[in-house]
Amino acid sequence: MDEAGERARPARIDLKAEYESSGVREVLDELEAELIGLAPVKRRIRETAALLLVDRARREMGLAHETPTLHMSFTGNPGTGKTTVALKMAGLLHRLGYVRKGHLVSVTRDDLVGQYIGHTAPKTKEVLKKAMGGVLFIDEAYYLYKPDNERDYGQEAIEILLQVMENNRDDLVVIMAGYADRMDRFFSANPGFRSRIAHHIEFPDYTDAELGRISGAMLGAQGYRFDAAGRAAMDDYVRLRRGQPHFANARSIRNALDRARLRQANRLFEHDGPVDAETLSTISEADIRASRVFSGGLDIDGSRRRDEP
Amino acid sequence: MRITQGCFSFLPDLDDAQITAQIEYILSKEWSVGIEFTDEPHPRNTYWEMWGNPMFDLKDAKGVMIELDDCRKAHGEKYIRINAFDNARGWETVMMSFIVNRPETEPSFRSWRQEVDGRSIRYTHELVG
Repeated sequence: MDEAGERARPARIDLKAEYESSGVREVLDELEAELIGLAPVKRRIRETAALLLVDRARREMGLAHETPTLHMSFTGNPGTGKTTVALKMAGLLHRLGYVRKGHLVSVTRDDLVGQYIGHTAPKTKEVLKKAMGGVLFIDEAYYLYKPDNERDYGQEAIEILLQVMENNRDDLVVIMAGYADRMDRFFSANPGFRSRIAHHIEFPDYTDAELGRISGAMLGAQGYRFDAAGRAAMDDYVRLRRGQPHFANARSIRNALDRARLRQANRLFEHDGPVDAETLSTISEADIRASRVFSGGLDIDGSRRRDEP
Repeated sequence: MRITQGCFSFLPDLDDAQITAQIEYILSKEWSVGIEFTDEPHPRNTYWEMWGNPMFDLKDAKGVMIELDDCRKAHGEKYIRINAFDNARGWETVMMSFIVNRPETEPSFRSWRQEVDGRSIRYTHELVG
């Protein structure tokens, strides 16, 4: 970058043309088209993209040299699209030239923290080396810090992370994700992170209407669709499901649709006589209404997510 | 005496930008990278010490450069080389190997000539300070 600046400093830069030619527009359009809802997130990403474009133009003119801090935190409830947006963010940063390769390495505590003394540092470094030139996405980052156990190895991983986030700002971008309240506690206990993370993006829950559209889009991607009664049943399902425990936004919807397809398959199988393509790809009311959500609701995945607040 | 082993050893020493470019090439071929060091560059000494584990699945040369810097910090006065290993079936071998660090003063070799089995000659090469 610096060398380019030495060679020829452009007198003026057309930001609109940069926006088109760098491919940023494509990423933002994709984001707009593929993700339903999430208006505040999209707005923040647009703003970030504008900032980075301007910053890049400033660098080309020799007005600034420092790489801006790009580490981010994504906070929001489960199933609100944090990982998907992180993937888009990696693409965006790559197009703008802030990361060299633009791949996303997604990890959780298990990938960073070792099991015995001396195991954590090599393990964390291994992950960091793989993430160089791309984006490191740490899901449920607050698990790294366990205040009740002062000998927890998570602290070691945190120290290495902080060091790399500071020294290798040109080489990788770290995105930390998790539930809003827990991330807040995590950041207040580790002020080093708060000061090194410039962009805090909050992911709101989806509205019922948005989840309805998401369910339609998910089915469409798999080559299925709702009939009218099925559509209405799905809307009822979304409303009821939200009030029940362990609601995980789009992820709950995806699981519900998987089960609906299972029921549809069974229904068609038990029904005698030939089926046509129309029947095979239609999810109807019966497939949705049979869900336990309509009969008071059971803790479907309680066994898996017992540790949630 | 300048030790010449592996690729590029008749060229001037590579600088970090050139090493980075070579590693980018290695990674583009999906070979894995290993760093090795030794204080005994005898041509018969094939097995150098490994610096950490070989690195698989890297996307960017920076990961290797970090390890190389660490290795230089610890063994700056020794020979360090970078090996690229291709695990593709049929190859399964080191595809590229080059020296990235040399000591200030390099050792030289002395040849010994020995008469054995009548008038046959044997040569052996000894590393001297």
